[in-house]
Amino acid sequence: MKTDKTIKVDYLARVEGEGALYVKIKNDKVTDCKLKIFEPPRFFEAFLRGRHYSEVPDITARICGICPIAYQMASSQAMESALGLEVDGQLRDLRRLIYCGEWIESHVLHTFMLHAPDFLGYQDAIQMASDYPDQVALGLKLKKLGNDLMTTIGGREIHPVNIRVGGFHRAPSETELEPLIERIEWGLDAAMGATEFLSGLKIPDFEVDYEYVALSHPDEYPICEGRLVSNRGLDIPIEEFETHFEEIHVKHSTSLQSRIKARSNYLVGPLARFNLEYEKLPKSAKDAAKIAGIEPGCNNPFKSILVRSVETVFALDEALRILKSYKKPDQSYVETKPSRSTGIGCTEAPRGICWHRYSIDDDGIVTEAKIVPPTSQNQSTIEEDLRQLIPTRLELSKDDLTWMCEQAVRNYDPCISCSCHFLKLHLDRE
Amino acid sequence: MSPVKKPKLAVWKFASCSGCQLSLLDVEEALLEIAGAVHIANFPEASRAVVRGPYDLSLVEGSVTTPHDAERIHKVRRQSKFLVTIGACATAGGIQALRNFSNIEEYTRIVYAHPEYIKTLNKSTPIREHVKVDFELRGCPVDKMQLVEVLSAFLNNRKPNIRSHSVCMECKIKGNPCVTVVNGTPCLGPVTHAGCGSICPSFNRGCYGCFGPKEHPNRHSMSRVLTEIGLSNPEIVRSYRNFNAAAGPFRKESEYHED
Ligand code: SF4
Ligand code: SF4
Repeated sequence: MKTDKTIKVDYLARVEGEGALYVKIKNDKVTDCKLKIFEPPRFFEAFLRGRHYSEVPDITARICGICPIAYQMASSQAMESALGLEVDGQLRDLRRLIYCGEWIESHVLHTFMLHAPDFLGYQDAIQMASDYPDQVALGLKLKKLGNDLMTTIGGREIHPVNIRVGGFHRAPSETELEPLIERIEWGLDAAMGATEFLSGLKIPDFEVDYEYVALSHPDEYPICEGRLVSNRGLDIPIEEFETHFEEIHVKHSTSLQSRIKARSNYLVGPLARFNLEYEKLPKSAKDAAKIAGIEPGCNNPFKSILVRSVETVFALDEALRILKSYKKPDQSYVETKPSRSTGIGCTEAPRGICWHRYSIDDDGIVTEAKIVPPTSQNQSTIEEDLRQLIPTRLELSKDDLTWMCEQAVRNYDPCISCSCHFLKLHLDRE
Repeated sequence: MSPVKKPKLAVWKFASCSGCQLSLLDVEEALLEIAGAVHIANFPEASRAVVRGPYDLSLVEGSVTTPHDAERIHKVRRQSKFLVTIGACATAGGIQALRNFSNIEEYTRIVYAHPEYIKTLNKSTPIREHVKVDFELRGCPVDKMQLVEVLSAFLNNRKPNIRSHSVCMECKIKGNPCVTVVNGTPCLGPVTHAGCGSICPSFNRGCYGCFGPKEHPNRHSMSRVLTEIGLSNPEIVRSYRNFNAAAGPFRKESEYHED
């Protein structure tokens, strides 16, 4: 018998922001599949116009409470490129260090609190904690380590106050950072243990032939800078993003969907970075990948939970490396006079590339702003995954299939507050 | 099921960045303890399980910006014994209230190619303008320890112990050197509600008012200081127009300095 089903999730749980899922199955075929976003628009690109360039990082941080540093960093770097400023040496390291804190916090939050419960059949991490108290406690402790790294450098974990165009308001002293070293050494061990635990999860079989897009730096696993590359031959400077990528309005879709003009939809985030930039991971992270049983060429989106765990190990290792060699810089920021220009910035948010472009005038006032966050880039890929996944799982009950779909959406750790401010919304409800 | 009925907690999101509700997950040490003391009955960002109302305590994050949300907040109120707003979005309209000073149609055109799809209100308004609110917690984001204090106060039927002096006073308590006196840095500390523990001045920058105006701020004398340091009128306007732009005293003071 052929299946007809409608899957509706009116309010997606364990994702950041307000989204819904709507899938229609007719004669075993997915005839409609929408990841709906009903998050109210907040108009960042509009009200950034007229602001001074120095105010922009604090404002863009408020796009997302989970990855504020991604926004602060991408907008700072865009402004620096407009101003012709170079941020290097210890200041550059310090940026990478605080960004590692965000990766750790965001990845551990997602793996332990938001995603692992799916694999183990719990509604949430709190339920999971009654059967896995040690593991959840370990996750919380690791997450706190990421938060404390951000707080020590940035003043607080959500919307840190210390990041500015050109560097930091105040560079921390060696003694302020020193106590973190021992804790991060613990964290590295703990993250290995976490990876081992996660490697025991039952991962659904499912593979997709993706085009992955990530930043690529000659000698570092990408966080703050690089060229944009893909596994299908894309290799461009970030300034050419708009030449190669577009946001199209799909008929009946409620949102703008990003695609590579020459081809189609693509994937950004941990899976893309891991597959494209694996070689640049430190030994510890490669060991973690071995424990997790993954290697480059991993095309199963459900394994992104393992990749996040590997990247957590990387972020801790990288943080440790920077902390051990840190010397407080003489100047906490670099500065110059503005003149009319346009600048572009792109960094690897925990969920993938976050691209910004700003134009400023001679007084340093923003005349135009454009922001492309990671989740809106992944949105059509999420829908595509569901279209491919569902026909292979029709034997599941409606409840189980619905849960499976939710879990597949959560593979992307979607951040809907981020995406919606740049998406077209249509509040058409069934 | 446990014989003692735990109070039911719900967390609601309106227009926001989720940072304030995330603060609840950021109290890592206390999280499992909180989960033991309350029944987290509706918190979609953390759990799939939804238990129907009524709820003993609702935490509301975010501001009202759509016709649908203007209705939804009434439903939330009806189901809640106590309703506490968390953060600048919910208590003052948030950064998205910058639209209140502009033409929203123009905004929609800038961001969206199909403005006709966007159903949004001209103004971003705090929850208080729609329903009765039992307590307002400030900050963009809220301070997580203050959030824990508010939770425990409401669950124990007592008044939250949240001090209402200024950030400037917090600097004095901490022994921070004044960034305005020492470096001539503009700082909204004197007119900003306490709660963060003076984070910005501790990092060598002025307060940008993310906790919103304190009660009865002396806003004119604040602006006089800003002028003396050398800020132009447009710069003063922008200083007040951030995450609490629509909060009474900040709004009035920014409008006062607009040509
Ligand atoms: S008040 Fe600030 S931190 Fe809280 S939800 Fe609003 S924008 Fe986010
Ligand atoms: S000093 Fe002011 S701007 Fe900084 S965190 Fe505190 S209230 Fe917010």
